[in-house]
Amino acid sequence: MKSAIAFSNILLKDMKNYYLKPPNISWGILFPFAWMLMMFMRTKSAFDIAEVFPGILAMSILFGTTSMLSVTITFERKARSFERLLLAPVSMELLVLAKITGAILFGVFNSIVPLLVSVLYFKADVANWLALLSGIVLLSVVSTLLGLFIAVSAKEVFEAQTYSNFFRFPMIFLCGLFVPVLMLPVYIRPLSFILPVTYGVDILRFSISGTNFMPAGVSFSLLAVFCLALFYISIFNISKKWIK
Amino acid sequence: MSVIIEADNLVKKYGSDSAVDNISFSIEKGEIFGFLGPNGAGKTTTINMLTGMAKITAGRVFYKGLDVTKKIKKAQEIIGVVPDESNLYDEMTGFENLCFCGAIYGLKKKEREERALALLDEFQLADASGKIFKAYSKGMKRKLTIAAALIHKPEILYLDEPTTGIDVASVRQIRALIKNLNREGSTIFLTTHYIEEAERLCDRIAFINKGRIIKIDTVKNLLEDTEESNIVDVIFESIPYEKNILTEKLREKFPDVECFFKNENTIRVNSREKIDISPIVNYLSSEKIFIYEAKLLRSTLEDAFVKMTGIEIDMMKKEKEKK
Repeated sequence: MKSAIAFSNILLKDMKNYYLKPPNISWGILFPFAWMLMMFMRTKSAFDIAEVFPGILAMSILFGTTSMLSVTITFERKARSFERLLLAPVSMELLVLAKITGAILFGVFNSIVPLLVSVLYFKADVANWLALLSGIVLLSVVSTLLGLFIAVSAKEVFEAQTYSNFFRFPMIFLCGLFVPVLMLPVYIRPLSFILPVTYGVDILRFSISGTNFMPAGVSFSLLAVFCLALFYISIFNISKKWIK
Repeated sequence: MSVIIEADNLVKKYGSDSAVDNISFSIEKGEIFGFLGPNGAGKTTTINMLTGMAKITAGRVFYKGLDVTKKIKKAQEIIGVVPDESNLYDEMTGFENLCFCGAIYGLKKKEREERALALLDEFQLADASGKIFKAYSKGMKRKLTIAAALIHKPEILYLDEPTTGIDVASVRQIRALIKNLNREGSTIFLTTHYIEEAERLCDRIAFINKGRIIKIDTVKNLLEDTEESNIVDVIFESIPYEKNILTEKLREKFPDVECFFKNENTIRVNSREKIDISPIVNYLSSEKIFIYEAKLLRSTLEDAFVKMTGIEIDMMKKEKEKK
């Protein structure tokens, strides 16, 4: 009961203090629109929604979650309010879970606009809704955990932002968003396979257009393994770096 | 009284440097225990080890027999920590901050709201309960941070430099609050580099320097240790003859004490034994010397600290100014 109270209040506090602030809500709406516009300009015509839909979804989730969590945690660390959480009788697992849940929900929220616009306006077909929604959630989880991984390494907010970009930009070119993984040069492909986002994007492709290159079950399993690994690596890093 | 905190041979190393070097102490329930030392002495590191914010390199800590090194989360249920800087949430009001702090200790909504209101009242912050923390003055921030540490009614309260960098009125209020909390039964572990604060508040004090405890004792005993000599200053208007004649006369009359002129109008009388002032005053009066004042100079905790640690008070004062 005490753990549930602590978890829900950490989550609510983060939602109120960070995620539900007007600039972040507008980010969650405008940013995906910007991606869609960019895709439209690229094709100079009504684009093939099935082709770009997974990419827009993935980028909206990836950019929203990694930025938010790495910045908010670094900010709390800098203001020393994160120490308050470390001093509370809350297990590290529960604390990390409470901190990432807000960002995961923010990631899912970021996917709503492209999802609605694509399905309702561009009449995009979704082959497997359950796989799509599961993929969105898993991609939000793994992106959030990447943000946490960055946050543990950063001391300043600007460092968190720099590190986020350092990870994200190469990632969007390597994970099959713009160029399918199997069309990348052979010597680059290993990099794609060690990126969790690659599997998230492949799940989205499977659920929307069926153009996945990995069996969906394998992608789901690998993504789940990445989530668990990043979760425990982050807990280990926090215990090591922040409780010196 | 029973022992509530026991630290046994605590060591904290960063690489090859020892921040805390093999310290041991025990604190009884209901005591105000002070850690007094300059910046970098190891005060905050010790608190961090005791509260789970720093890993212990060697040694053990027990709260009422519970091994803190093994069950830190259980131990954290009975402690409240006020760090050296206020660390509540800037965008939340005073009331929201207290409620949130109650929630992370698992207090239910009704309970934490009632407790928050009571604490705001006790800390004279009720009028500012709806203001965001960022808008609070430094003194108010400090008081709210202490209130936040008390929201779950901890048995042990850690206060790290609680009055550093705040105005005099707030300092007085916070010191009174600390005394009140102690009267209500809280055990308080206080670190400070303000000697007068330690002297006023603490039942026992540990002098700490360079990661080592130099001495632990009650304020009374620490002072007694320093009072090897008793000093009386006798201040007068003028003397009817040469200074050295008077000095000689005093030496003959009072062979057990050492007398010398501190300045033109003051004779300082030193003795290893307690000095009875009246025969000296009477003798000087009989020599037609008009005495303004005779005062016994007592050793202070500052004297004890300087004597035992070898740290000049000027250095501590410079640190205060820096802060």
